[in-house]
Amino acid sequence: MKRIYVNEAWCLGCRLCEYNCAFANSGMQDMASALKGKPIFPRIHIEQANAITFAVSCRHCTDPICVKSCIAGAIRKTDGVVQIDQTKCVGCLTCVLVCPYGALAPNENGVMQKCELCLRNACGEPACVKGCPNRAIVYEEREADA
Amino acid sequence: MCSKTPLPYMRHYTRFSAFVNPFFKKIFLPCVRKGLTNPVARRIIQAMSNGVHFGTKPFRAEMGVFSFLFEEVNGMTPKEGQVRIPSGCAIAAVISREGRRMTGEKIIEAMKPMHERSNGLGGGFAAYGIYPEYKEFYALHFFFDSRDTRKTCEAFLKERFEIYKAERIPTRKLPQITDEPMIWRYFVAPLQSVLSDLQLDEKEFVVRTVMQINTQMEGVYIFSSGKNMGTFKAVGYPEDVGLYYRLDEYEGYAWTAHGRYPTNTPGWWGGAHPFTLLDYSVVHNGEISSYDANRRYIEMFGYKCTLQTDTEVITYILDYLVRRQALTLSEAASVIAAPFWSTIEKKTDLEDKAKHIYLRTLFPSLLVTGPFSIVLGFDGGLMALGDRLKLRSMVVGEKDDKVFIASEEAAIRVMEPDAANIYAPAGGEPVIIRVKEGAY
Amino acid sequence: MGVEYLYPEFEVIRNESRCIACGVCVRQCANEVHAFLGGTQTILSDDAKCVNCQRCVSLCPTHALKIVKSDCRLRENANWDNDTIREIYKQANSGGVLLSSMGNPKPLPVYWDKILINASQVTNPPIDPLREPMETRVFLGKRPQKAERDADGKLCCSLPPMLELSMPVLFSAMSYGSISYNAHASLARAAKALGIYYNTGEGGLHEDFYVYGDNTIVQVASGRFGVHENYLEAAKAIEIKMGQGAKPGIGGHLPGAKIVGDVSRTRMIPEGSDAISPAPHHDIYSIEDLRQLVYSLKEATNYKKPIIVKVAAVHNIAAIASGIARSGADIIAIDGFRGGTGAAPTRIRDNVGIPIELALAAVDQRLRDEGIRNDVSLIVGGSVRSASDVVKAIALGADACYIATAALLALGCHLCRTCQTGKCNWGIATQNPELVRRLNPDVGSERLIRLMTAWRHEIKELMGGMGINSVEALRGNRLMLRGIGLTEKELEILGIAHAGE
Repeated sequence: MKRIYVNEAWCLGCRLCEYNCAFANSGMQDMASALKGKPIFPRIHIEQANAITFAVSCRHCTDPICVKSCIAGAIRKTDGVVQIDQTKCVGCLTCVLVCPYGALAPNENGVMQKCELCLRNACGEPACVKGCPNRAIVYEEREADA
Repeated sequence: MCSKTPLPYMRHYTRFSAFVNPFFKKIFLPCVRKGLTNPVARRIIQAMSNGVHFGTKPFRAEMGVFSFLFEEVNGMTPKEGQVRIPSGCAIAAVISREGRRMTGEKIIEAMKPMHERSNGLGGGFAAYGIYPEYKEFYALHFFFDSRDTRKTCEAFLKERFEIYKAERIPTRKLPQITDEPMIWRYFVAPLQSVLSDLQLDEKEFVVRTVMQINTQMEGVYIFSSGKNMGTFKAVGYPEDVGLYYRLDEYEGYAWTAHGRYPTNTPGWWGGAHPFTLLDYSVVHNGEISSYDANRRYIEMFGYKCTLQTDTEVITYILDYLVRRQALTLSEAASVIAAPFWSTIEKKTDLEDKAKHIYLRTLFPSLLVTGPFSIVLGFDGGLMALGDRLKLRSMVVGEKDDKVFIASEEAAIRVMEPDAANIYAPAGGEPVIIRVKEGAY
Repeated sequence: MGVEYLYPEFEVIRNESRCIACGVCVRQCANEVHAFLGGTQTILSDDAKCVNCQRCVSLCPTHALKIVKSDCRLRENANWDNDTIREIYKQANSGGVLLSSMGNPKPLPVYWDKILINASQVTNPPIDPLREPMETRVFLGKRPQKAERDADGKLCCSLPPMLELSMPVLFSAMSYGSISYNAHASLARAAKALGIYYNTGEGGLHEDFYVYGDNTIVQVASGRFGVHENYLEAAKAIEIKMGQGAKPGIGGHLPGAKIVGDVSRTRMIPEGSDAISPAPHHDIYSIEDLRQLVYSLKEATNYKKPIIVKVAAVHNIAAIASGIARSGADIIAIDGFRGGTGAAPTRIRDNVGIPIELALAAVDQRLRDEGIRNDVSLIVGGSVRSASDVVKAIALGADACYIATAALLALGCHLCRTCQTGKCNWGIATQNPELVRRLNPDVGSERLIRLMTAWRHEIKELMGGMGINSVEALRGNRLMLRGIGLTEKELEILGIAHAGE
C-alpha cells in the first residue's frame, strides 16, 4: 500500500510540512485564520541535527507496537493504516514511550494524535506531501516494504 | 478578352495590372526604350496619348511617356520573380513505353475537362522526341521582345555555340492568345573550344548559359533547352496554347501539360509551365511550404530562382540531385518527398533503411513540404511524384504501351476511354515510366 | 553610512494579518533578510539584503509576502537614470568593476519580437500536428558535398559524426561550479530523456555524469579546466569555447570560494584557488591556430566526434563564422549579446556584442553566399525564450538553438541576477550544500522535460500552421517571416520582407 516516505537528501528543514499538516487537520478553510497566533500540533515533525533535517511521521508499521501497547485499545490498524480513536484515548502516553520513531504526540488537549495519511480530513491526500517544495516527502507504493 | 480598340485593351491590362507584368518590364519596357518597335507597345502608347484613364490615375500624353512609365514601374505591385505567387493547377501527361510517337492532339484534349483548374493565365506543354532530326543539338526555345534583342542574343550565342538552325516557332493566330512576343528556336551545339577553355562539361555549360541569358539579358527568355524535346507555353488556357503552337503537328513519345491558376499574377509567358532545364521539364500542381528553404539551399550551387515559383525550384532540385549528385530518380524522390522518420525506422530492409537515413541526413534542405504533385519529364521517361502527405490529387492509368498521369481521372478518360489500372499513387511514392531502351 | 548608504532597491512587504510566523521565510533566505525579533513571534525583514529572488514569496504558505521595487527614488532624470546613478555610487564606494549575472537587462531591441510568422490560408493547407506526423528531428554536423557511391554503384551510406536531436534545442554550456551538482544532474537527465544534449561548460564532467555521455557535449575553453582524455571520450561532441555572448572578449573567473570538494576535483585545480579562464586561448591567436586545435581534438578522439566552435556574436561575426567553417569545425555555435552568465562585468555584459538575430541572419547568408553552409551546422543562443523564438531562429537559418536561461527558469531561477554572490536560494548557482539540495533533480529534470515537451508541441503547431511538416523544411525558410516596425536596413540584414509585403 501507499505510504509516506522521506528522503533526507532533499529535506530542507523548512517545516512547511508541519504547518500544512496542522492546517489540513484544523478543518478550516484558510491557513492564516487556522494557525495565526497559535501553537501548532502537527502530526509530522522535523528532526534536525547539524545539517541534516528529516521529517518524521507514522510509518504504519507492519506489526505496530503502539497498537499492542495501548492500554485503552484506542489504536487500531485498519486496511494498513494505523488509526487512533481519540474518544478512547486516556492520555497515558504509553504509545509515545513505545514508538521507536516518535511518531505520536498529544494535541492541544492532551489527546494523542498521529498521522493518518490525511484519510480522515478534507485534504484527500497527505498535505505534507502535497506541500513539500522539494519532493522530499513522497506518498507511494514501494514493493520492498510491503 | 482582347479587342482591337484601345480602350478595352487598356482595361485588359488594367485588370491584370499589365504594367506590373514581367512581360512589361522584361519585354515591353526595353522595347519602349528601343524606339517602340513592338506593335503592342505602340498601341499602349497610342492609348495613353489619347488620354485614356489608367485605373484612377488620369494620364495624358503631355505627362511625358517615359517619366510616367518609370514612375509607374517603381510604384507598381511586384512582377513575377520579385514576389512569390502561389497557384493551383491542372496537370496531365502521357508516355508510350514503346517509344511510339503521338501527336499533341490527345494531350490538348486532356486539358479540356480540367478547364476549371486553370484561369487562363498560363498554359504549356512539354514534348519529348519531337526533334529526332536534330537530336544531337540542344533545342533552345526563346521569347524575344524585338528583332534587335534577338540579334544581340544571337551574337552572344555564336560566341559559344554552333548554331545549326534558327527559326520562328510556327504558331496559329488565335483570338484567345494575345500579346505574343517573338518566339524562336535555335538548334545549337556548344563550341568545343569554349568548353575546354571553361573546363565545363557540356550540360553544365548549357545550364550556365541559360541562367546567364535569363537573368542578365533584358528582353530575352529561354524557356526550353533540352535535346530532342521542347516546351511550348503561353498566357492563356492550355487547350488554346496547344492549338496556338500547332502541337497537333508535332509527334513525341511523351507529353506533359499544365494549366495554371495563379492567384495574383498578371501571367507572363515565361512564367507559364512547364518549367525546364536541359531535358528536365516539370509540371507541378501545388504550393510548397518549403519554398524558401529549398531556394536558399539550391542557390548555393549556382542556380538562380528568378521566377519565385515552386516549379522552378523543383526543377533545379531535380537537376541538382540527378545530374550533379548522380542520384537515381527514385533516390531523388526519396530526398524530395522523404518518408517520415517513423516510416524509415520501421523498415526491415536494413540497406534500404540506411539509404533513407543517409539521404535525409545529407540533403535535409531539399525536402519539399506542402502540397504538390509533379510530373518530371526527362530524356526517355516520366516520373510522377506527390508530396508525402498526398495533399494534391494525381491519378495514373495505363492502356497497352501507354501510361497516363493527370490531376483528374477525367483527363485520362479523354485521352484513353479504356484506360485500365487507374490508381492514385501513395504520397511520396514515385511512379517512374521509362521508354524501352533504344526506342527514343 | 552617510554618503555610502543607498536605500534598498526592494522592499519586503509582509501582510501581518496573514503571517503565521511559521518561519519558513527565515529558514529559506540565504541572504538572511528575514529574522525573528529576539524571542518573539514577530518577523522583521531587512530590505537591504533582499535580492528579489522570490524564494520566500514562493514558499510562504499563507501568501503573506511580496517584494516590491522601492519607491525611494532619486529625482527623475531621463539622462541620469536611477540605475546609472546607483552604479556611480557603488563604484565610488568600492573602486571596483561592477559585476552582474544573467543576460543583458537593457531595453535594447529584441528582434524576435519584431518578427512575425506566416500561416497557410486557402492556397495550401495548414497541417494538424494531432492528426499528421510532424517531424522535429535534426542532425547537426558537417555534410559531405557529394553523395558517394561504391564500385557497384550503391550509395555509401556513411556520414561524418553528427549529433542527432529529437528537437532543435540543446541546453547550453553552464559549468559545474557556476551551477550546482543538482542543476547539472537535472540537465543531464532531462537531455537523456528528451533525446537532446546538455553542455558541461568549462567545469569538467563530474564522474557521476559519465553515464549521460551520449547526451553530453563537453567544453574545451581557454582555461582547459577538467580536460583529459576520458572527458573527451565520454562526450558525444566537443565544444571549443572561444567566447560567450554575455562577455565577448573576456575570460571567466570562478572565485576560489566556489572551488570546493567535487568542483575542485572535477576542474582538476586545488581547492580554494580561483579558476581563471584567460580571455583568449593562449594557443589560438588566429584562425589557423583554431584549425590546429580542432584537428588536435579530432585526432585525440579518432575523428568520431563533431567539433563545435562557440563564439560570441560580435560585429564581424559573418567573416569569423566563415573562417570557422573553413577550420574543420563541424558546428558553429553563436551566442548573442543577451546571453546569460554566472558573472560578467556589467559594462561588458550591457555594451559588447550584437543581437543574435542579426548575427544569425548575417552568418547564414554569408555561409550560403560562399557555398559552405553545408560544411557546418549552426546553433544559436543568447536569449532564445520560447518556442516561437526557436521557430524564428530556424526560419532565419539556424539548425538548432541553445537555451540556458530558459532552462534555469524551469529549474526555479527567478532571474534576480545575483548568481555571482553564490547564495542562490533556488539551489542553482551555488555550491553551498545547504542550498544545493534545494534543487531535487527529480523535480528539476521533470520540469525541464515538461518545458521542452511543451515547446516541441508549440513548434509543431507553428510549423503545421505554415503547412510544414518537418523542421528541415523550415530551416532557412525566411519567406515564412515578416518584420514589423523594422527599418529597411534591419530587414535587409535579416533577409526578410516587411509585414504586408
